Amino acid sequence: MDLVTLQGTWFLLFGVLLIGYAILDGFDLGVGMLSLFERDPARRGQHMDVIAPVWDGNEVWLLTAGGALFAAFPPVYATVFSGFYLAFMLLLAALIFRAVSFEFRHKVDSPAWRSLWDWSFGLGSLVPALLYGVAVGNVLAGLPIARDASGGFLWQGSFLGLLNPYALLVGVTGLAMFLTHGALYLAFKADGVVAERSGRLAPRLWIAWVALWVLATMASVLVSPWLFAGMLGNPLFYLLLALALASMVAIPVWSRSGGHGKAFLASSTAIAAQTGLAGLSLFPRLVPSSIDLEGASMTIHNASSSVRTLTVMLVIAGVGMPIVIGYTAFIYRVFKGRISPGQFYGAHGPGGH
Amino acid sequence: MDATFLARFQFAMTIGFHFLFPPISIGLGWMLVLVETLGWRTANDTYVRMGRFFAKMLALTFAVGVATGIVMEFQFGTNWARYSTFVGDIFGAPLAAEGVFAFFLESGFLGLYLFGRGRVSKGVHWFSALMVALGATISAFWILVANSWQQTPTGFEVQGGRAVLTSFSDAVFNPSMWVRFFHTMSAALVTGAFFMAGVSAYLLLRGNGGDVAPRALRLGIVAGLAFSVISAFPTGDLHGRQVARDQPEKLAAIEGIYTSQRSAPLALFALPDAGPPPRLRAAIEIPGLASFLSYGDFDAEVKGIDAFPPDQVPPLWITFVSFHNMVLLGGLFVAVTALGVFLMWRRRMDGARWYHGLVLAVSWLPLAACQFGWVAAEVGRQPWTVYRLLRTADSVSVTVGVPELLFSIVLFGLIYLALLGLYLFLLVREANHGPDPAGEVA
Repeated sequence: MDLVTLQGTWFLLFGVLLIGYAILDGFDLGVGMLSLFERDPARRGQHMDVIAPVWDGNEVWLLTAGGALFAAFPPVYATVFSGFYLAFMLLLAALIFRAVSFEFRHKVDSPAWRSLWDWSFGLGSLVPALLYGVAVGNVLAGLPIARDASGGFLWQGSFLGLLNPYALLVGVTGLAMFLTHGALYLAFKADGVVAERSGRLAPRLWIAWVALWVLATMASVLVSPWLFAGMLGNPLFYLLLALALASMVAIPVWSRSGGHGKAFLASSTAIAAQTGLAGLSLFPRLVPSSIDLEGASMTIHNASSSVRTLTVMLVIAGVGMPIVIGYTAFIYRVFKGRISPGQFYGAHGPGGH
Repeated sequence: MDATFLARFQFAMTIGFHFLFPPISIGLGWMLVLVETLGWRTANDTYVRMGRFFAKMLALTFAVGVATGIVMEFQFGTNWARYSTFVGDIFGAPLAAEGVFAFFLESGFLGLYLFGRGRVSKGVHWFSALMVALGATISAFWILVANSWQQTPTGFEVQGGRAVLTSFSDAVFNPSMWVRFFHTMSAALVTGAFFMAGVSAYLLLRGNGGDVAPRALRLGIVAGLAFSVISAFPTGDLHGRQVARDQPEKLAAIEGIYTSQRSAPLALFALPDAGPPPRLRAAIEIPGLASFLSYGDFDAEVKGIDAFPPDQVPPLWITFVSFHNMVLLGGLFVAVTALGVFLMWRRRMDGARWYHGLVLAVSWLPLAACQFGWVAAEVGRQPWTVYRLLRTADSVSVTVGVPELLFSIVLFGLIYLALLGLYLFLLVREANHGPDPAGEVA
């Protein structure tokens, strides 16, 4: 394959990894946030049980996306990550607390201890879910990147600059998206009260998601009109738009009729289509520059690795990912069925006494 | 305080803390494969309960390892942006491969291993234990590929201020990769075996080990002896020769050789003194042995620190002391486990409470040896991040200043201290609870 094709392919594959993360860890994060609204300790714990066997594998999509960005587009990894320094430290701290809360919570039989790790799990889910959208919003608005004397990219922003109203709007949209997605998963996978409540809550959260998505899209037209240049003549745009709209409509229809599994698939599709639309509007830019859009934006062409590295990476992904998807599907099938409070972290689960 | 020092401090802190956990996960993971194999093939209930008991500790260790490992995937970009730009064409691929081939495997099958008992056949359950250990091993492979490339870079050329890949296989199978992998793996296996032996000794001393602890202690001691010997010979020996061949400055630092000389002695113990004149104080030396171990010839010339430009040599004191501590600990591990095998042979193991106490006392030391080994390897690479290509001072992020670094050092320092305390607290609780008694397996 030639360089340009490889660069385009890796733009697509990086998008696939982000979408995989948003769909899979997305429901984990949603479940974690929703646990904050549950008062009963057993049912709070059930939120962890529901995702116990799979959450760790889901989070690997983020790590792999990070590795793939490093390998395929090193200047983006280097410039954006160092620019987003404090945001990343916050994200990492949240992910640390979230990861350990699963193992820690059920080890000591004390209300205060459980409550500590419940908060750690809930807030540790909230922060990444919010930052995900904030990051997307900042990229869509363009980041303060300039060129230095040697042609490299130079970050000129600040942490507070990342918390602008538009990025926060996209961040809250992401929150609504993950909350809806998580509620649908709970309605599908939990049993008893949690499933019922989540089933009732999902269509309401969906309203917030739709409203915020429309609002964020309108705001994008004002903030970054160039995102929409050329879109109207692109058949892929209409395909993704149709997919996004159809799946968004399908969510409440299926959810209200009790088809939570199908509604969950619809929200997965909606996440994929909406992320796809954002990606399509950026292409071939990876990170637009708010200082000099034409001259200082990082694109797949000026920020990619060599042909050889991109080819090697394609082989790695081509060999590895089908195997990953194969055994992940097998693992989900092993744990099919509804999950009760304490099913995995209860009396006889690992670490349970 | 300058930003480069703080960035180095932060990296050392985060990776040093993280690196407490993977050696346990890898080593204990393989010990559990052994235990689960015995449990499955012999249908002996003791091994089944042994597996369940140590699987809880693996889960706890794995959780903290994962939590602190997430930081590693991103901090090259956050703290070492210039390094990331320089090496991205080469260094990123192994990190991505680690995600694709290792992280998915170990995390996916860990869920199945911990929660799948009863949902899948015994064979599939055993397979999931195997995949957890294999995943952790593949993870070690790829991250050591990346690290080895920093130490002995091959398969690239520098174009336009960055390293560009010319041969993926040359970059992966660079001169130090295999010896580093095997030496690190054998060290991890020692760590896992000592972990199992130490916990078992603790249970025996407390008297709540049931039928599990005596057997687990024996497994840990025998495996610990085998892997300790392998860590010294052949893996440690080969690694030493490789360093002599590829990184002579590092060799001079770890062996404490200030001036180039034929028939260089091996210092078993010494206190390096930078002088002037630079020399080893209180040295206990074996003449010619450093020459022999490095080049297979007692007369061979070993280059000293003085053979290299002063701005291209690693700091000697910390490299020397770390390396020698690692070697001394390695000798201790062989001695303690060999003593244990002797007690087993004389059938005196069960009553030897003093020996159980000894095992418990030394059981955490393989972690110290792992840390010393890494410090020797990484400080010995200084002042480079990529050997003779990119200086550490030219690797840090220009946009990240002292305040941000201080903030994140304090933040992660506090979090890690809390995590360490919680990990130890929960580990002891788990051990105090002990394995399920016979007849209580579901």
